[in-house]
Amino acid sequence: MRRPLPTLQRRGSALSVPGVQLEVLSGLGLRQGFHEALQGADLFPLHALGITVLQVNVGKKCNQTCKHCHVDAGPDRTEVMPDAVVDQVLAVLEGTDIPTLDITGGAPELHPRFREMVSRARDLGRHVMDRCNLTILLAPRFQDLPEFLAEHQVEVVASLPHYNQGQTDAQRGEGTFGESLEALRKLNGLGYGRDGSGLLLNLVTNPVGAFLPARQDALERDWKREMERRHGIVFNNLYTITNMPISRFLEYLQESGNLELYMDRLVAAFNPQAAQAVMCRYTLSVGWDGSLFDCDFNQMLALSVNHGAPRTIFDFDLEALKRREIVIGPHCFGCTAGQGSSCGGAVAE
Amino acid sequence: MSDSYYDAADLSKFGDMGEFAPELARKFFGWYGAVFEEGALTEREKALIGLAVAHAVQCPYCIDALTEACLEKGSDPEQMTEAVHVAVAIRGGASLVHGVQMKNSLKRLGM
Repeated sequence: MRRPLPTLQRRGSALSVPGVQLEVLSGLGLRQGFHEALQGADLFPLHALGITVLQVNVGKKCNQTCKHCHVDAGPDRTEVMPDAVVDQVLAVLEGTDIPTLDITGGAPELHPRFREMVSRARDLGRHVMDRCNLTILLAPRFQDLPEFLAEHQVEVVASLPHYNQGQTDAQRGEGTFGESLEALRKLNGLGYGRDGSGLLLNLVTNPVGAFLPARQDALERDWKREMERRHGIVFNNLYTITNMPISRFLEYLQESGNLELYMDRLVAAFNPQAAQAVMCRYTLSVGWDGSLFDCDFNQMLALSVNHGAPRTIFDFDLEALKRREIVIGPHCFGCTAGQGSSCGGAVAE
Repeated sequence: MSDSYYDAADLSKFGDMGEFAPELARKFFGWYGAVFEEGALTEREKALIGLAVAHAVQCPYCIDALTEACLEKGSDPEQMTEAVHVAVAIRGGASLVHGVQMKNSLKRLGM
């Protein structure tokens, strides 16, 4: 039985305040600022190149409280995207040719209009991604969700830090691993992850600790072999995502005494090729209240789009947003280290 | 200078070994890097072998470095611990197999 932990907000932690997180990071005395790293790569100021993904964070409520969560999501969070914002998101999709709707949270499936958003986006011919924590698929009111996702050909992007129990439960809570496997078997049973089915099942792994992820291609080979050998589970792609030094992972870094070393590693591993391909250059992130951000990480740090770009979904202006200047900070080193990191995994060699 | 023979901070000075012999260091570090690149073995497998050998040669710097390398190449604590046991088994076995020499001596000296 999973036992969710209280969120930073519930515990009254100072780190639940975005400004405090930014103060901690900016007080570290890094060997170079992110803008300097970009200057060295001839990428400053960093501009978006278009919007191919509308990533919508429908709320912070979740049935889990993972230790590394950058959202500080959990069962005690109450932020849920209101109807007016949902309607406007769908109106923006309808009025543009943005090809992909990426729905995230929290556990996005908990939003009362999740299925409607999926259906309407699919009716518009858009690719839809569900960032799924897997265990939600076993919750009483959601057991028919896998069939719904399959019927609408939704890409499932599922979090699983490791193919063994110890590592997964250490990050995501006791009992999560067993439930995750059960959900994955259910998805496999519907054709998800199987060649030729057209049903994409991609797994996301974040390191379980203060280190960088492995090479995505090498790790994917290991994972495909081990997931099938140990658990009889298949999937399409493995995405490696670097833990961002914010929110609950920032708390872990501080408490474990790893913060300075981890940030040093991120800065030292700055890869210009990854910086060139960071996801904020082709993604627009929408917050639960309709505010616009360059990415989900900036969203959690309350760093809304800036430099003259419209700041809410109600003022959406594709021309102004698709060439906007990106708002940056020291946390951005998390997306440019090594092979780089994005919601679609590594971005560079 | 530390009073200890081993100081964790010294690991970051490893590259300074080129100070008095730069060409040899260049060759060593170039070769070292190539050894750990993916080849017939994956980078993850090579890091596990390195971790086991680090325990066999009992190098604390290597243990720190290879532990991090193993994690960053995707190994988990169970796999790493098994790799250490492989080193332990070989070290233990190497001692035990010398028991045959003891037995040979016993045979020679005994009645």
